[in-house]
Amino acid sequence: MIERVRRVGSQGVQFLESFGASGLFLFHSLWAWPRASSFPLLVRQIYSVGVLSLIIIVVSGLFIGMVLALQGYNILTRYGSEQALGQLVSLTLLRELGPVVASLLFAGRAGSALTAEIGLMKATEQLASMEMIGVDPLRRIVSPRLWAGFICLPLLALIFSTVGIWGAQLVGVDWLGVYDGSFWANMQDSVEFREDVLNGIIKSMVFAVAVTWIAVFQGYDTVPTSEGISRATTRTVVYASLAVLGLDFILTAVMFGDL
Amino acid sequence: MAINDENYIEVKGLTFYRGDRVIYNNIDLVIPKGKITAIMGPSGTGKTTLLRLIGGQLKPDAGEIWVDGLNVPDLGRKQMFELRARMGMLFQSGALFTDLTVFENVAFPLRVHTQLSEDMIRDLVLLKLQAVGLRGARDLMPSELSGGMARRAALARAIALDPELLMYDEPFAGQDPIAMGVLVQLIRLLNDALGHTSIVVSHDVAETASIADYIYIISDGEVVGSGAPEEVLHTDLPRVKQFMQGLPDGPVPFHYPARKLADDLIEPNLTKLRGA
Repeated sequence: MIERVRRVGSQGVQFLESFGASGLFLFHSLWAWPRASSFPLLVRQIYSVGVLSLIIIVVSGLFIGMVLALQGYNILTRYGSEQALGQLVSLTLLRELGPVVASLLFAGRAGSALTAEIGLMKATEQLASMEMIGVDPLRRIVSPRLWAGFICLPLLALIFSTVGIWGAQLVGVDWLGVYDGSFWANMQDSVEFREDVLNGIIKSMVFAVAVTWIAVFQGYDTVPTSEGISRATTRTVVYASLAVLGLDFILTAVMFGDL
Repeated sequence: MAINDENYIEVKGLTFYRGDRVIYNNIDLVIPKGKITAIMGPSGTGKTTLLRLIGGQLKPDAGEIWVDGLNVPDLGRKQMFELRARMGMLFQSGALFTDLTVFENVAFPLRVHTQLSEDMIRDLVLLKLQAVGLRGARDLMPSELSGGMARRAALARAIALDPELLMYDEPFAGQDPIAMGVLVQLIRLLNDALGHTSIVVSHDVAETASIADYIYIISDGEVVGSGAPEEVLHTDLPRVKQFMQGLPDGPVPFHYPARKLADDLIEPNLTKLRGA
């Protein structure tokens, strides 16, 4: 029994140590944010984590929008309210699915790649050699990746929602025959910029910080072996996904739950 | 301040633990300016760890490490990176940046630490690559190089800024005889031509002894012997003698601590028999 308590205590201390270390890591990385001379590094990372994630975001957004339209139409027609399809789809995507699903996809596509890349650089002593050349890896390697994630994820979430709405219009209006005037007019009436669009963007910004922070820290903190990198990559996807879902509940409660 | 201006590095009372294991137990050593000092000893004695402690990548548990008048463990992050810009280190694996060509790897320190024109950088990089015999390989990626070539390219990068201190971590490991001969000459030549201070960590006795001005032998967390190569090669100190002459029997055990082989082999059988 005492041994079990000791083990739980030890794990708690380890968690707090790791959390403190990752906080310091984030502080140093943000402090070392890309200067004008390292702007090309930031652009390269925006391409790597943002542009290369576009395909998965666009395709997923399209299908989720199409499925939402199909399901929504089935339910709404029971009550003769299929003209509210635009409202249903747009609010669902802008408030919830856009930021959340885009962040989950980003964690799987770009987050895991960031962890593996930084972890391999550590394992092959590239980070150590950079330090010995007198270049701070936090400034040169971590910071551009961190800022690229912060910049790209909110944009990807917006693209996800936009493509999703277009997919819903394709299914709802073009295939199922919902009147396009009511589809768009209902959407325009019900979606408020501050309440829905801006809150969705704020959510995706918070998720961007969480996912990218977890990804780069796990890479930097990895045990420099093949097994260590494999575990770190898995941890990135698991921790980032759980963080996104947990934070989503808190943000939704604050933004829409009248708390 | 360092006590003696003739020394580039002074290590005093250095103690370092890895977990519960003592790597260094209150050791002192000095690295004289402009000389080649070899740190030698059996595998796993923490020779590379010493280079990382000098480079500030690890913090000692106790003691002082003075490098050119600065106590490394006391330095802040910014001062540490400024000091490292005056150091060069050749890593055991080469540690070339895998997304850059050989040329760009060597140009990297010049681009980040100087304001030189592109023409000047090109000339300097080609001269450094010429010194290590890889001018023709400038456009290759690190993945296209052999282990020896990668080490030489990394050496060109390490000397790109003409550092005051050059640390070599096992420079001869895994080299073919030709590359090893070239490297041995190159380390001596670079040290004499550029006038910098060199530390060579190695367990290749003959090669290291042929170029070193002074040798430290480290074992079990202590400096067990030191002196000029001739002195160390002909010493009667048992641990030093065993290492320098490659003797299997002596105070340095070949086996990792374990109980007797007979006990390990017999006990499971006894347990089975008792169970039956």
